[in-house]
Amino acid sequence: MELFRFKRDIPFMSYGKLTTFISLVTFVLAVVFLFTRGLNFSVEFTGGTLMEVEYAQTSADLNQVRHSVETLNIGEVQVQALGTNKHIMIRLPNKSDESSAQLSNKVMEVLKKDASDVSLRQVEFIGPSVGEELVSNGLIALGMVVVGIIVYLSMRFEWRFAVSAIIANMHDIVIILGCFAFFQWEFSLTVLAGVLAVLGYSVNESVVVFDRIRENFRKGSMRNKTVNEVIDNAITSTMGRTVITHGSTEAMVLSMLIFGGAALNGFALALTIGIVFGIYSSVLVASPLLIMFGMDRSNVGKVAQEKEEVVV
Amino acid sequence: MNRYPLWKYLLILFTLVLAGIYTLPNFYGVTPAIQISTNRQSLAINEETEKRVAEALQKANIAHDGMFIAGGSLKVRVTDATKISARDAIDNALGEGYIVAQNQIANSPEWLSKINANPLFLGLDLRGGVHFTMQVDMKAALDKTLDRYAGDVRRELRKMKIRTGNVRKTENSLTIPFQDAADLQKAFPELQKHMEGVQLTANGNDLTLTLPENLLLQIRNDAVKQNINTLHNRVNELGTAEPVIQQAGADRIVVQLPGMTDTAKAKDIIGRTATLEVRMVDMDSSLLAQAQAGNVPDGFELLYTSGDHPYPMLVSKQVELTGDNINSAQAGFEHQTNRPSVNLSLDSSGSSIFADLTTANKGKVMAMVLIDQGKAEVVTAPRINEPITGGRVQITGMGSAAEANDVALLLRAGSLAAPMTIVEERTIGPSLGAENISKGVNSTLWGFAAVAVFMILYYRLIGLFSTIALVANILFLIAILSFLQATMTLPGIAALALTLGMAIDSNVLINERIRDELREGKKPQVAIKEGYDHAWDTILDSNLTSLIAGVALLIFGSGPVRGFAIVHVIGIATSIYSSVVVSRALVNLWYGRQRKLKHISIGVSYPAVIDRDADWATETKD
Repeated sequence: MELFRFKRDIPFMSYGKLTTFISLVTFVLAVVFLFTRGLNFSVEFTGGTLMEVEYAQTSADLNQVRHSVETLNIGEVQVQALGTNKHIMIRLPNKSDESSAQLSNKVMEVLKKDASDVSLRQVEFIGPSVGEELVSNGLIALGMVVVGIIVYLSMRFEWRFAVSAIIANMHDIVIILGCFAFFQWEFSLTVLAGVLAVLGYSVNESVVVFDRIRENFRKGSMRNKTVNEVIDNAITSTMGRTVITHGSTEAMVLSMLIFGGAALNGFALALTIGIVFGIYSSVLVASPLLIMFGMDRSNVGKVAQEKEEVVV
Repeated sequence: MNRYPLWKYLLILFTLVLAGIYTLPNFYGVTPAIQISTNRQSLAINEETEKRVAEALQKANIAHDGMFIAGGSLKVRVTDATKISARDAIDNALGEGYIVAQNQIANSPEWLSKINANPLFLGLDLRGGVHFTMQVDMKAALDKTLDRYAGDVRRELRKMKIRTGNVRKTENSLTIPFQDAADLQKAFPELQKHMEGVQLTANGNDLTLTLPENLLLQIRNDAVKQNINTLHNRVNELGTAEPVIQQAGADRIVVQLPGMTDTAKAKDIIGRTATLEVRMVDMDSSLLAQAQAGNVPDGFELLYTSGDHPYPMLVSKQVELTGDNINSAQAGFEHQTNRPSVNLSLDSSGSSIFADLTTANKGKVMAMVLIDQGKAEVVTAPRINEPITGGRVQITGMGSAAEANDVALLLRAGSLAAPMTIVEERTIGPSLGAENISKGVNSTLWGFAAVAVFMILYYRLIGLFSTIALVANILFLIAILSFLQATMTLPGIAALALTLGMAIDSNVLINERIRDELREGKKPQVAIKEGYDHAWDTILDSNLTSLIAGVALLIFGSGPVRGFAIVHVIGIATSIYSSVVVSRALVNLWYGRQRKLKHISIGVSYPAVIDRDADWATETKD
C-alpha cells in the first residue's frame, strides 16, 4: 500500500501568493476576534470559585439553577452544563468577605432546596493575584520557547529558517487563540499547555521540511533546479510522512476529544486546531517565507559533492 | 551491515526488562487500608498496638487481610465496604494519641518496593483530595521581628536604667527616642554589643535600628520554612496519608492532602494562624472600667478570656514572649488540685526571658494570649507568685481536660511565623479522580489502537516493528515516571497520549526513507541502513526543537502545565531511544542475517536489484 506516490513534484510555491493571502486573512481575522471578543479565561486566570455539581437522577434545569443561585446576590454567576444536564458547572466571582467554602456551601443549600439529589463533585477557588502570575509565567514560557527555537534553528540551519519557522508557528498559535476567542471556549491552564505544546509540535513540522530543503540544495541532482523547484520537491517527497504523522497525532488527539471527557476537552481542541494549521503553515507559510527572505543555495553552506553511494 | 553486536542486543534487552520491572507495580492496584500512627513520643506503634487493633476488629466483627508495621505506622488491609467501620472501631479502641486514617497500600509484592519500584504517584486530579495554595503575609513576619527587637531593646535599656519614649515602627526599622544625647551615648555601645546583624544609627536624640537586606531575606525565608514546619505538624494531626507540603515561589506554600475531601475540616486545622503570646495585665480596676467604656489607654488592649464565661482584661500590647520559644507542650493535671493543665518547656532564650519577666513582675498578673484566626483570647492569666527560672511552665485555668488537650496540641503543632491566607483552593471528589483516570487511559488506548492498526496495515512487518517500538516507548516512559515518582496528573496523561502520537513520527520518517531508498533502486539491506542513517538528522532536529519547548514549559509552567511538561520531556527522550534503537534492533534481528535479502515487508515492493555481489554482508561490523 502506498498512499502518497507522486510522479511529479507538486508546484506548491507557485501558489505562494494565494496561500500567503489566505494566511494573512485568517491571521487578521484571528487577531480581530482576539481583540473584539477576547479570551474566555477560566477561573485559574481570573480568580473566583468554580463548582461542579452532579444530579443523580433528575436532569437539572439550567435556568432554574441560574435563578436559584442569583437569589444569593453573589454577583455575576455563570451556569453551564458539562456535556449532559447532570453535570453542571457554576462559576462565582471572588468576594472579599466570604471564603469560597462558605460561598459553595450557600450555593449547595439553595440547590438542595430545588433538588435533593444534587451533590458536589469539585470546588476550585483561585485568588485574584494567582491568575496574574499565571499570565506572566505563561508569557515568559512562550518567550523562552521562541528564543530557544530561534537560537537552535539558527545554529543548525540559518537565520532565515529560524525566522520563517517562528513566524509560521506564531501564525498557528494566534489562529488557535482566535478560534478560542471566536467560539468563546474556556481558556484554562490545560489549554495553555496545549497551545504551548503546539508550538513545539509545529516547529517540529517545519524542521522536517527544512531538513529536506537543505539536503536537496546540497544534492548534485538538484543543481540545475530553481529554488522554487527544490522546495517543491522537498515538500512533495516529505508529503507522505507529513500526512501520516499528523494523522497519527490527530488520531490520538481526537481520541482524547471523544473519550477524554470535559477535563481534556479544551486541551484536545487546541491541539486539533494546532495540528490542522501546523501542517498547513509548515508547508505553505514557512516555505514561501523562506523565499521571501531571499533564501538560495548559498545559504545552506557549501554544496557537498555528489555523495558517493556507500554500497560497497 | 544491519547487524548489532551481541552486547547491543543484550543492553536493549536489559533496558526493556528493567523498564518492565519498574512498570510492574502499576498493574497490581491498591487495596484500601487503615493507617495507624501516633503523634506522641510516649506512644509507640508495636506488636502491642497490633494486638489491640486485631482485638478491636474482632470485637466489631470486621474481617481484614492482615496488617504490618512499616515506617513507624501500622497498616491494616481492609475492603472498600468495611474501611469506615474499621476505622471507627480502631479509633474507639485505641483512644487518645493515635491517628487513625484511611489510606491505600499498593498490592505489589515486597521485593518490588525493596528495589524502589513503586506505582506512579498520582496527582490530586486523579485520586481526589484537597489542594491549597497559601500566601505568607511577609509584612506581618517583619512586624513580628521588629516587635521582638523592640522588646530586646527595652530589656537592655531597663537593665541600664535608661528611660526612653515610645518606640516608633516603620516598614523595616525602629526609632527609639532618648531623653537626651548623654543617654544615647551611654546606651549606643551597649546596644551595639547585644544587637548583632542589625544596623544602628544615631540621629539627634533618636536611635534608629534598621534591618539590613540580608537579614530581611533571611526573615522571609525563615518565615516560609517555619510555616511549612508548622503545617507539617498540623497536617500530621489530620492523619492524611502522603501529604504534600512545599514552597511555591518566594512566599507561597502548596498543601495537598490526597484522599481528603472534607475541606472544611482541613481548612480548620491548616488555616489556623494560632500564636501564643505572653503579655502583662494591668489589674487597675478603674482603668479597666474606663476601657470597657471605650477609652482604652495607649499601649493596651481589651481582651476577653476564653471559655463559657468570658470576662474582660486590660492586656499590654507589648509582647514579652511568643510561642516560638516553646519547645514542647503536654496536657496534664496539676498535682495538688488535679485541675487540667498544660505543661510547657521553653528553649534557652525563652527561659531566660521568662525568668527575667517573672523576677521583675512578682505579684503581678500575666496573660497567655492565644491569637487564632485574627482573634485574640486570653487562655489563662496566672498571678506570678515566684520567679520561674527553670524553663518549665505550668498553665492552668482550662475548663476541661479536652480543652487543655486542644491548647497543648495547638502549641505543640507550633505557631506560624506569619499569618497565611488561602489564595487557591481545590477539592476533587474521589469518584471524579477515578473517572479522570479511566477517561485518560481510554483515550490513550483507543488512539494507540488506531495508530497501531494503521502502521501495521501500511508498513506491514516494519510497521509491526514500529508498533512494538511504540509499546517499548510506553514501557520506558511509565517506568521512568514511576521510578522518579513524578506526579502523574490528567494533563500528564494527555501528554502521554500526545507523546505517543508524536513518537510515531520518528518511525514514519525512517520507514518513508527506507521506501525512498528502495524506490531509487537500492538493495534492501542498503535501503534499511540508509533509511535509518538519513532519517537520524531529521529525527534529532525535530525532537530537539520539541524538547526546547518542553523544557521551557517545565521551567516556567505551574500546575497543569508542569504536569504536562514533565511527561512530555521524558517522553521525547524515550521516544528517540525506542524509535531509533529498539526498532532498529528488531529490524536487524529479523533481516540483518539474511545475506541475499530480496524483499522487505514494508508495504511496497519494487523490483529487487540483482544481487551482483553479496560480499558486504560478510565484511560488515556495526
